[in-house]
Amino acid sequence: MTGSEGPGHQVQAIGNDEDVVRVRQLVRTAAVAAKLSLVDQTKVVTAASELARNTLVYGGGGEAAVSTVDNGVRRGVRVVFSDSGPGIADIDLALTDGYTSGGGLGLGLSGARRLVDEFELDTVVGAGTTVAVVKWAR
Amino acid sequence: MERVPILKIGSVLLVSIQVDMQDQMALQLQEDLGQRIVDTGCRGVIIDITGLDIVDSFVGRTLSTIASISRVLDAETIVVGMRPAVAITLVELGLSLDGIRTALNVERGLELLARNAEPDTFDDLDLLGDPETTSP
Repeated sequence: MTGSEGPGHQVQAIGNDEDVVRVRQLVRTAAVAAKLSLVDQTKVVTAASELARNTLVYGGGGEAAVSTVDNGVRRGVRVVFSDSGPGIADIDLALTDGYTSGGGLGLGLSGARRLVDEFELDTVVGAGTTVAVVKWAR
Repeated sequence: MERVPILKIGSVLLVSIQVDMQDQMALQLQEDLGQRIVDTGCRGVIIDITGLDIVDSFVGRTLSTIASISRVLDAETIVVGMRPAVAITLVELGLSLDGIRTALNVERGLELLARNAEPDTFDDLDLLGDPETTSP
């Protein structure tokens, strides 16, 4: 279910484990295209893996939109995860290391935030959650 | 679903993860490995992650769980072959890989297992020598 919305922009539905792997692969390809270093590629792919799993497990599925971005100085990768799940009632708590509402380690959101350069979380209880992250090439 | 192969080499089980694992595959490995430890009586497990280009919190937790299960089944687990970029990312992610021993590569991992193996046969005792006769 990979759709294309213009050059360098791809949307991957997240409905099962395999889709999480596909998101990782899409983000890796975009990170290579944006000329991120190997360490930065690894960081953004790892962050994407955490967030895609959150979309699946806590959001009940959704999608990831992967694109390369350019701010005139640097190139980067932008990934937007969105779901129509229950939303997050307490954002500060959800971003606390070690806090989990599921069975995880509680490092998904907080860890992913540390691995990227920009992190934006929008959530509405009962309507869903969107997390947008950007990693820039050094 | 694909399974991660588990090879028996002497008294060690070697697991070499070569594909980008889905979560279900990691859980399957956890079960398969426990069974193989019991079936073979192996005392050491080496998990080679040279082929993994990321380790996220799920895989990290699975590795920790595998190490704990192995310990309960009287086998020691050593994770080898972690790429430097993966190590850097793991630390930043905040994952400490509790209870996991690591070595640089399979060879070092085998050395570590051999060094830690308790001498439980007379042959091993002979190899180590009698402390009372070797000390000056």
